Amino acid sequence: MAVSTGKATAAGGPARGRSDRRGRRRERPGPLRRSLGTHWYAWAMVAPVIAVMLVLIGWPLARGVYLSLTDATEANIGRTIGVNVIPATYEFVGLENYVRILTSAVFWDKLVWTVIWTVVCVALHYGIGLGLAVMLNRRMRFRSVYRVLLILPWAVPAFVAAFIWRYLYNSDYGVINGFLKLAGLDGVGWLDDPTTAKIAVIAVNVWLGVPFMMVALLGGLQSIPADLYEAAEVDGASAWQRFRAITLPGLRQVSTTVVLLGTIWTFNMFPIIFLVTRGGPGSETEILVTYAFREAFTGIRDYSGSAAWGVIILVMLVVLAVGYRRTLRNQGDPW
Amino acid sequence: MRRLLPSAAAVAACVLVVSACGGGGGAPAAPPAQVSDPSKVSGEVTWWDTTRPDSEGPTFQALIKEFEAKYPQVKVKYVNVPSDQAQNQFQTAAQAGTGAPDVIRSEVAWTSQFASLGYLQPLDGSRAVDQAEDFLPGPLSSTKYDGKTYAVPQVTDTLALIYNKRLLKEAGHEEPPRTIAELKQTALDVKAKTDAEGLALNVDAYFLLPFMYGEGGDLLDVTSKKIVVNSPANVKAMETVVDLMSSGAAPKPAITDSYANAMTALKEGKVAMIYNGPWALSEIYQGKEFQDKANLGIAPVPAGSVKAAAPTGGWNLAIYAGSKNIPAAYEFVRFMTTAEAQAKIAKEISLLPTRTSAYSNPDVQGNADVAVFKPIMDTAVPRPWIPEGGQLFQPLLEGYQGLVNGKLTPAPMLQKVEEDYRAIMKDWS
Repeated sequence: MAVSTGKATAAGGPARGRSDRRGRRRERPGPLRRSLGTHWYAWAMVAPVIAVMLVLIGWPLARGVYLSLTDATEANIGRTIGVNVIPATYEFVGLENYVRILTSAVFWDKLVWTVIWTVVCVALHYGIGLGLAVMLNRRMRFRSVYRVLLILPWAVPAFVAAFIWRYLYNSDYGVINGFLKLAGLDGVGWLDDPTTAKIAVIAVNVWLGVPFMMVALLGGLQSIPADLYEAAEVDGASAWQRFRAITLPGLRQVSTTVVLLGTIWTFNMFPIIFLVTRGGPGSETEILVTYAFREAFTGIRDYSGSAAWGVIILVMLVVLAVGYRRTLRNQGDPW
Repeated sequence: MRRLLPSAAAVAACVLVVSACGGGGGAPAAPPAQVSDPSKVSGEVTWWDTTRPDSEGPTFQALIKEFEAKYPQVKVKYVNVPSDQAQNQFQTAAQAGTGAPDVIRSEVAWTSQFASLGYLQPLDGSRAVDQAEDFLPGPLSSTKYDGKTYAVPQVTDTLALIYNKRLLKEAGHEEPPRTIAELKQTALDVKAKTDAEGLALNVDAYFLLPFMYGEGGDLLDVTSKKIVVNSPANVKAMETVVDLMSSGAAPKPAITDSYANAMTALKEGKVAMIYNGPWALSEIYQGKEFQDKANLGIAPVPAGSVKAAAPTGGWNLAIYAGSKNIPAAYEFVRFMTTAEAQAKIAKEISLLPTRTSAYSNPDVQGNADVAVFKPIMDTAVPRPWIPEGGQLFQPLLEGYQGLVNGKLTPAPMLQKVEEDYRAIMKDWS
């Protein structure tokens, strides 16, 4: 079905043969009509989905973009509640919100930290996940027990994990500092110093994100035929050569997907930052999404400003995803 | 099951009342505003309470039972919302028009904000407000916005110095410190002579205010619409705070979970003094150091070079303008803010009444904590009750955190706070 609709879209572009339409159509239907005639069932089946998508995604997105071009806040958006009638007084202000955000130092500060956070987290996710996957792909005793244990962090809801870690990091009563003190060392204010707080949130996110990478890569590993390894061994390839020549290319499909997914997730990983440090100390660990949330939800809410933040973040991620895919395609990846 | 029983009782009561009135029959329902007999008001009132569910909640639930007994046709749905989330959740629900409660326990600083956004029912001349002249002026001022009344003061509070008498005695101090200089000395003595620390600071903007007021500083000058946070008085106040930390009088506080850590340290006798308000008392008494309540001392916040003063806090009851049960909500608010209800709250959980008359109630006078807090309340400073009030704390908090981890010094910190305030209060000078 997907294939047929694809064709239909491709063919349904510019209507050709403007002159003598009626005559031509009787002899030979136009490409759009022909495609509709042949694939009408596909269109009929896709139509409800498209309608729902438009309602669920298209409408809020369009509304968000529209709001980002106004000066709407909680105070001027207009409403009637019981005896209180407040007229809508917000206005269209064009790109003012975007200019304000993109010219503020805080945006670029947060962007730099968000990029560092994303790159470090995804690199560690992928690296550790791959290592664990390779280990668990071997034959060993209690393999399934290890797999279950390593998947556990993924099963813990993010907010529960955040609270547990926040407690572990507590400077006076936390478990980590408890061990440090037992060892005769001074406790560290893990979440109180910008540098250690950044390390701390990255550690939590890595702990949470590795299981997914591990499972995905393990699946990838198991799809690589074992005879490739046998053949390589016969040819006298070392373990490292086998890893580079068979494992990595074999994982390529899976890797590209999970790295892109991981990047988008980590870029928008709201709960860890928000619940572990509240963006503190100061606003040092605040990433773009948490900062946008704070802008939007403290005091009198700034709908237009937060919508503009949302659109900027969305655009950045779309550009990233498109660029990433294009690079892969240029390298001959069929994805 | 525990929730079911009272509602079953309420239903039974309703049935009884209805059958008792059955004989009269046929009288048209009066418009809600002119209910002649308030006990005939009916409906379901959802109340968002923001107290601590374990230590304070039961007292309020007992009051609700009394209310339901007095108003048998009104059912109260009690919902406990954590105080740090209630503001946000109420704004979301009120704006969306669904899910907002009929009555909310609104912090004094939120009231004007909610009112300015049109979420609250104006209460002037309604049954919700009973004898307005009886309320203390500080808390009462927080219920007004634009000349109208939007809430009724429920409890009031302020900050005080809360201390462990045993530790102070061991350090050679019978009396609590009266000034910042004495505070520093007492704390250092505690640190030197006992195995506890002196003063636990709570890294929270609200807890900076006593230091600022003490030097004659403030955040805003409301009458002349000026931002005055970056004043020499406030610089001096911040220097005092830094000095308390660097001298060792106060151990370097945690920034994350600061409040909880300070409270735990006090409850376990690891620190001798903290700044906190009456809302913390029922929790403090659960600590092992204060099984004997007499060991807890409460004193006014130590004075700076100008005066001793702490901010007025507290909670109001406000009614959502979109409520379907406004007459019942009026009665509920009225009932919960009577002198008797306030006396019960004061007696059981030491929260301070907002009515002058409640302080002459023997139950209130019998509560030692209230007796200590009352004179402190008289010197408390009302904050600027403006819709933006809630936004003033985040910049101050970030600055305070910078002071604690040594990234900022007082003067640049206040300069940064001032810049942030200018972005919030655009038409102020």
